[in-house]
Amino acid sequence: MRSRLVYRALSLLLSAIYAADVSAEYGLNMPRGVTEVSQSVYDLHMTIFWICVVIGVVVFGVMFYSIFKHRKSKGAVASQFHESTTVEVLWTIVPAIILVAMAWPATTTLIQMYDTSDSDVDIKVTGYQWKWRYEYLGEGVDFFSNLSTPKEEIYNTKAKNENYLLEVDNELVVPINKKIRFLITANDVIHSWWVPDFAVKKDAIPGFINESWTRIPEPGIYRGQCTELCGKDHGFMPVVVRAVEQEEYDAWLLAKQEEAKAAAELAKLTFTLEEQMKRGEEVYNTNCAACHQANGAGIPPAFPALKGSEIAVGPVEKHLEVVVNGVQGTAMQAYGSQLNDVDMAAVITYERNAWGNDTGDNISAKDIVEYKQK
Amino acid sequence: MSAESSYYVPAQSRWPIIATVGLFLTLVGAGSVMNASSAGESTGMSWLMFSAGSLIMAYMLFGWFGHVIQESRAGMYSEQMDRSFRWGMSWFIFSEVMFFAAFFGALFYVRVLAVPWLGGEGSNASTGELLWPEFEATWPLMTNPDPSLFPGPKALIDPWHLPLLNTILLVASSVTVTIAHHALKDGKRTALKIWLLATIALGLVFLFFQGEEYVEAYRDLDLTLQSGIYGTTFFLLTGFHGAHVTLGTIMLIIMYFRIQKGHFDKDNHFAFEATSWYWHFVDVVWLGLFFLVYIL
Amino acid sequence: MSATVDTALDNNTQSDHEHHGPAKGIARWLFTTNHKDIGSMYLWFSFAMFLLGGCMALTIRAELFQPGLQLIEPEFFNQMTTLHGLIMVFGAVMPAFVGLANWLIPMMVGAPDMALPRMNNWSFWILPFAFALLVSTLFMEGGAPNFGWTFYAPLSTTYAPDTVTYFIFGVHMMGVSSIMGAINVIATILNMRAPGMTLMKMPLFVWTWLITAFLLIAVMPVLAGVVTMMLMDVHFGTSFFNAAGGGDPVMFQHIFWFFGHPEVYIMILPAFGVVSQIIPTFSRKPLFGYHSMVYAVGSIAILSFIVWAHHMFTVGMPLFGELFFMYATMLIAVPTGVKVFNWIATMFRGSLTFEAPMLFSIAFVVLFTIGGFSGLMLAIAPSDFQYHDTYFVVAHFHYVLVPGAIFGIFAAVYYWLPKWCGNMYDEALAKWHFWLSFVGMNLAFFPMHFLGLAGMPRRIPDYALQFADFNSISTVGAFLFGATQLLFLYLVIKTIRSGEKATDQVWEGAEGLEWTIPSPAPYHTFSTPPEVK
Ligand code: HEA
Ligand code: HEA
Ligand code: HEC
Ligand code: CUA
Ligand SMILES: [Cu+2]
Repeated sequence: MRSRLVYRALSLLLSAIYAADVSAEYGLNMPRGVTEVSQSVYDLHMTIFWICVVIGVVVFGVMFYSIFKHRKSKGAVASQFHESTTVEVLWTIVPAIILVAMAWPATTTLIQMYDTSDSDVDIKVTGYQWKWRYEYLGEGVDFFSNLSTPKEEIYNTKAKNENYLLEVDNELVVPINKKIRFLITANDVIHSWWVPDFAVKKDAIPGFINESWTRIPEPGIYRGQCTELCGKDHGFMPVVVRAVEQEEYDAWLLAKQEEAKAAAELAKLTFTLEEQMKRGEEVYNTNCAACHQANGAGIPPAFPALKGSEIAVGPVEKHLEVVVNGVQGTAMQAYGSQLNDVDMAAVITYERNAWGNDTGDNISAKDIVEYKQK
Repeated sequence: MSAESSYYVPAQSRWPIIATVGLFLTLVGAGSVMNASSAGESTGMSWLMFSAGSLIMAYMLFGWFGHVIQESRAGMYSEQMDRSFRWGMSWFIFSEVMFFAAFFGALFYVRVLAVPWLGGEGSNASTGELLWPEFEATWPLMTNPDPSLFPGPKALIDPWHLPLLNTILLVASSVTVTIAHHALKDGKRTALKIWLLATIALGLVFLFFQGEEYVEAYRDLDLTLQSGIYGTTFFLLTGFHGAHVTLGTIMLIIMYFRIQKGHFDKDNHFAFEATSWYWHFVDVVWLGLFFLVYIL
Repeated sequence: MSATVDTALDNNTQSDHEHHGPAKGIARWLFTTNHKDIGSMYLWFSFAMFLLGGCMALTIRAELFQPGLQLIEPEFFNQMTTLHGLIMVFGAVMPAFVGLANWLIPMMVGAPDMALPRMNNWSFWILPFAFALLVSTLFMEGGAPNFGWTFYAPLSTTYAPDTVTYFIFGVHMMGVSSIMGAINVIATILNMRAPGMTLMKMPLFVWTWLITAFLLIAVMPVLAGVVTMMLMDVHFGTSFFNAAGGGDPVMFQHIFWFFGHPEVYIMILPAFGVVSQIIPTFSRKPLFGYHSMVYAVGSIAILSFIVWAHHMFTVGMPLFGELFFMYATMLIAVPTGVKVFNWIATMFRGSLTFEAPMLFSIAFVVLFTIGGFSGLMLAIAPSDFQYHDTYFVVAHFHYVLVPGAIFGIFAAVYYWLPKWCGNMYDEALAKWHFWLSFVGMNLAFFPMHFLGLAGMPRRIPDYALQFADFNSISTVGAFLFGATQLLFLYLVIKTIRSGEKATDQVWEGAEGLEWTIPSPAPYHTFSTPPEVK
């Protein structure tokens, strides 16, 4: 009754304020999703919701009946009854029975969600501050997935696109109609990997692996987000999954494997400082700018400035060490296992020459390989 | 009105606010010492703050309890007041029990759940397989999942030497304090003093051996706070216990001095009783430690 | 020197044992041992914290008014969320209930004061210092705590700003304060009841507080334990929450929620008590099912110790644990339902009037129940995989906390204010306060259900476009609700300064010892215990 009122007030306000704004479609309810599990979760959700609504209507119904009928201003005289073991027992037992009725379907759904056996594809998902890493176990495919929404859209200097904050540079690509098992973990703090359309949400705990699974019946792009507070950019690490037919998936896998080989080839070439700076800037903006900022000023004291930093203009060795191995116990990760040698060389070169750090050093992929071998 | 029929409601007191300031300075001081030393900065001012706070706390404790003792001896407390103190002390001890429960709970959790999981047992086998392939779950944990970050201990404390001795000492001290209590109730003051002194002595010897054990752990066994979860739970549990024994011993010593001054009689000795409750509590915690930390 | 001050202050009473009025000036408040003074200080402190925490909430809401980053940066946003949660929970709601306990329990059980009056003063004064410490971290290098009020490790340990150390000691201080306050409440209730006031004759407010105090003493030390473990991990190289050393970050969550879940009942049980006092008064009819109300509160308290992991359904517990915690959590709906049904049965065939305390109580029953329903939905583990860490959870807990705990406090203040200060409040203004709060609060928090279901995670400073509309509405509601609280402040001050004189009984249907003494309640009451038939 009351919620209907609120609802009406809401819709009024809505139409008043936002009549013009049609681009944003507003969802009211949980999506049904596309998988069997997500649909049973949805059904469960609706069942409980309606049970609560019915109980609410009855309970508030009685209450509002008293409020209208038994008011002093209408001459109501208070009766003095104040105890009845029968009704107490009744309204203890009836809710208990209702609860059992809810618990039953909940249990079966949960058991289904927990069954990660007999998977066709195994993907290790690792949360990093603030991006996801996907490793296809046994396939040699391994890449990072970063937010691709440009800063200008976030800071309102450019119009926001339709998938604002829900878009990434590298999507997770999976085949349809296959049981996909996710092995979820984290590198630094706790994250949580969520795709509403699959009803898969599992925390990524550093040092432990949690398992989850899905089987997607239809091709499509499914979007989700990190749902555990993981620091500054927790709101900026979306999950995008592209489900495709098996053949397309195979082709994609192959292409990814080729890509890795091509990168290895690239490492044999040498680049001019300019070429390095260009590539380095791109790598920097995707991987490093979240903390050290695009202008190299950092956000001290949490994230040091690289502009004029002793490490970025001092001996190359130390710079390599910090970036390749990271700094234990801080947000500075070991990028040696994240970037290929070419990108690594480029980003270090960039840092040593951008923002007035003009050292003139040109670090090559070979240098990186040599450093790593030491 | 006589003290018998009305509850004594003290008027204003400046002790609580002194206590607050003392507590605040102590804790903020301790916090800045830790932060400054972790950052490698100078800790001089922070120590100063910490010490000032601690001194204020000590002054407050003497003053406040001194005041309460004075009131008590002036006969201002009724039986009802006495019951308030009893409830207060009992629930305080209960809160201490829950504090230890948190650490025992942690010990239980790592032994029964976390360490086996890391070793690849239980529901999440892939944790061990993919993340810690070298790691083997054992307890006590001598090799940690990542030995480069947390090198494990070389060896452990043998429960059947110092710890067993300490167990005997503490159990004995629980007996002696009870004998002392009975002596007090029977009005035998010399016996009371002797048994109380015996209790204090046992407490001090316990603490001495505990110190000895820590020295051995750090010097010979590489069993430290940094040696992974075994050292972590070991030192936190025994350390907080030791801190409580220290406090209990100080309380017993204060009781001794009060008895020297002629305080307490056979019906009126709540402070003594509270101290002995506390002492028994500390003893029970030790038994838990002895079994769960040292033996099992 | 100290000895003389000492004598002047404390020993005074020994010679002059007559009860006298309050001292003058600041000394009255610093040194007081009077439960009414201390109660007032708690209430004022809590209101100040409510405004401070509310301003932080408004900062959050303002940033969320539209998609994109407009006003504040993500780091600061996280600090606001964290401090808002901490300040509201530990600074606004808990102290308000302790304040009510201080004022009311001695008057309700016929005691001259709290059992341990000096400790009572200490419990209070720790709080302003603790919060000064907590809030001062905003101005320190590295900024305030930014890891949420649940401070999950390792975000709050290895990856935390340096100020986490002060946060930890601040929490220790709050713990000391709460434990001492709770010990005092228990000792008062168990030991200070007037002759004839048997346990089963105690007003429900007293009962709920007895059980709340028990919960506090049981769980605050656990909180102290877990922050101590954090301190060790941060500064002394231990590995409680670090898998590399054999620990587990999830262990933090288990210990935290072992505290955290009872904590949420700590914030609601006294409100249950308040409502159980008010509804009978304005229904002019005795409370229905007194005994079952007492048992229900007891059952809720006991169950609250075995449900904690419903906050952790997604951390990857074994299936067995998941099921156990789901069933146990659902069970809590039964005793809570009993309470709701009893309140309604009390109103049924009464003779109802709708003064401000009653309005807030009715809204409490309705809106708290809605919050309870969403709680029950969250308890269904498979669905919680979709709800967890979204705005659906935020909607749930604001429904139980704002129209639950906060409305409970408002109801209590309106109900007993005339007794405290001797003047009637302005009913018309109070009705405005109620209706504006009601509308504002629903406008702010109802859309959050939709946001959560549609997939908006919590603790994010910026969101995808489909969430824009409901967020704007919510922000408008929050500002309306917030602004309304200034009206409340004005009303309370006005009542204290002036207003129609209140009678001793104040409300036609009111029963209980506190209504037998004059309004305003004298500085010392029940120095001689009353006889209860
Ligand atoms: C006052 C505080 C308060 C109260 C009273 C409650 C009450 C309840 N809460 Fe809530 N809760 C919080 C404060 C509170 N909660 C907070 C602060 C959080 C978030 C913490 C954080 O992460 O920051 C939270 C989060 C939270 C979660 C975790 C969600 C998640 O993070 O994924 C869950 C899950 O089970 C839950 C469940 C419940 C349940 C089942 C109740 C029950 O007690 C409700 C019982 C009441 C009713 C059910 C209504 C009345 C009953 C009837 C009319 C009887 C008939 C009904 C039926 C048979 C259906 N709560
Ligand atoms: C009892 C507890 C309590 C109370 C009363 C409130 C009250 C409010 N809370 Fe809540 N809140 C929590 C407990 C509480 N909260 C907790 C525990 C969290 C989780 C934190 C976490 O994730 O770690 C949370 C999180 C939380 C969030 C989610 C943040 C996030 O996930 O990032 C939001 C967002 O809207 C919010 C909003 C509000 C609002 C608008 C109010 C309003 O009711 C506040 C109203 C009060 C005022 C506004 C102050 C009074 C007015 C003035 C001082 C005058 C100035 C005002 C004007 C001129 C308009 N809160
Ligand atoms: C998640 C946040 C984060 C990201 C992303 C990040 N860094 Fe860092 N970086 C840090 C932190 C924190 C430190 C400080 C470590 C310490 O305490 O010594 C740091 C330190 C450094 C330093 C040393 C600077 C100094 O003066 O101490 C360099 C060089 C550096 N980072 C380069 C990089 C590069 C290159 C990248 C991207 C490939 C990157 N960082 C990405 C957080 C980050
Ligand atoms: Cu990653 Cu939140
Ligand atoms: Cu809970």
